Amino acid sequence: MAEVTFKIPTQLRAATGGEGKVKAEGATVEAALESLFTAHPELRSSLVDAQGDLRRFVNVYLDGEDIRFGDGLGTALSDRQELQILPAVAGGR
Amino acid sequence: MPASSLTCRECGSTYPLEAHFVCSKCFGPLEVKYDEHPSKGDPEAIRRRIQAGPATIWRYADFLPLERVPTLAASGPGDTIGLDGLPAGHTPLVRADRLAAELGLREVWVKNDAANPTHSFKDRVVAVAAARAKELGFTTLACASTGNLANAVAAAGAALGMPVYVFIPADLEEQKILATGVYGATVVTVRGNYDDVNRLCTEIAGERPDWAFVNVNMRPYYAEGSKTVAFEIAEQLGWQTPDRIVAPIASGSLFTKIGKGFQEWKDLGVLGEDQELPIMSGAQAAGCNPVAHAFEQGHDVCRPVKPNTIAKSLAIGNPADGPYAIELARKTRGTISEVTDDEIRGGIALLARTTGIFTETAGGVTTATLKKLADAGQIGKDERVVLVITGEGLKTLDAVRGTFECREIAPSFDEFEATAEHREEVTV
Repeated sequence: MAEVTFKIPTQLRAATGGEGKVKAEGATVEAALESLFTAHPELRSSLVDAQGDLRRFVNVYLDGEDIRFGDGLGTALSDRQELQILPAVAGGR
Repeated sequence: MPASSLTCRECGSTYPLEAHFVCSKCFGPLEVKYDEHPSKGDPEAIRRRIQAGPATIWRYADFLPLERVPTLAASGPGDTIGLDGLPAGHTPLVRADRLAAELGLREVWVKNDAANPTHSFKDRVVAVAAARAKELGFTTLACASTGNLANAVAAAGAALGMPVYVFIPADLEEQKILATGVYGATVVTVRGNYDDVNRLCTEIAGERPDWAFVNVNMRPYYAEGSKTVAFEIAEQLGWQTPDRIVAPIASGSLFTKIGKGFQEWKDLGVLGEDQELPIMSGAQAAGCNPVAHAFEQGHDVCRPVKPNTIAKSLAIGNPADGPYAIELARKTRGTISEVTDDEIRGGIALLARTTGIFTETAGGVTTATLKKLADAGQIGKDERVVLVITGEGLKTLDAVRGTFECREIAPSFDEFEATAEHREEVTV
């Protein structure tokens, strides 16, 4: 069981009482998200769909790397890692 | 056609017309929705109003999300800089018969958006985002960019008298960095690729609510500017749609908004009754192909990639509008293809020697994709095709370096003759 920190984007901080950083626990990203949802239930419907998959415009980065480059929600975690949640933003260049 | 709200494309939640870009319920992207056009039902009146407008994108202001219509017509001395900014749009649509002949096609047109003030289509989107930012009271412009957007935002800030911060990958082409800093913008080079820069800017935008990031918190307004590419093409073709559009895909925003522009005019009756949406063909580099790959595999979601291509202006490994680009290509029986770096160089050369238009690597991707589709027989013999060229070749000179040799001679007629004869021998 790893202890990690979630960075919460400004759009979702109403659900965390205004906190931008929230501690969570879990051996994988999926487990850490569950622990985050237990503490802040309102986050669940914003981030995952009914099947528990990340919504398609939600990006999660583990120490700066998109988890889809790892094993997605199954990506293993170790202590003190940082998970950043951000909306996918279109229209770049 | 006044804007009415920002609406989530995923769940339909609505938000006021402020600097929001993401749905707080489902994280989906927000898009501008409009009230009914006041002249709906009278297409002639709509066309006349457009034709009476300025020779910039502001002739389409009725279809853009602004409260006031910016215009380049100054009402008096000293009034030339307000919301106006730089004169974006109104770029040439050039008939390219020699390109068409070489590819065995009937009719090809080049929409040359390198003719914009900072030499890329980005001036269109920045004009709309910056004008809306001023309306909302922002004083600072910012962006995450692979270069062209940085050029456009830096220049727009200079024209509008707004300070500018641009964030770019540190390994960007030197021409694009120089053509940004010259306008007085603060240039922040980030050690990482565009997706790292974009992630950083999304975070900064959340923490700096007084900054207008044109492609983050101003994104819904910014994206609407791309519709003007479609409007211009249709107007230049005599209120008709082409049979096919070939356009590049990076985030997928331009591609989808070209479709939206044609659709809006079709719905309003501005186009002739028999006019359909064009077949939409998207172009990506093989070294950054998340949308092309998902399209080919039949997926609805793009798996991100780490870009490795000379087409840096298309190097978005995590394209947020990818799913919508795929939907549009499928809906119009279109395609999304990928081309290699060598094909991109070939595309630049092909366009240059058959049309006299020198495009950057993104245009090489688009031209190479047209060639690929033509070679594969995927373009109908009677099709009228429009190739959307989004940027200028002088910004990516490395792509053509070493592709030809100069002939150095002494200032002597004999040496010139010798060179000329030599040349004839070689080419015979």
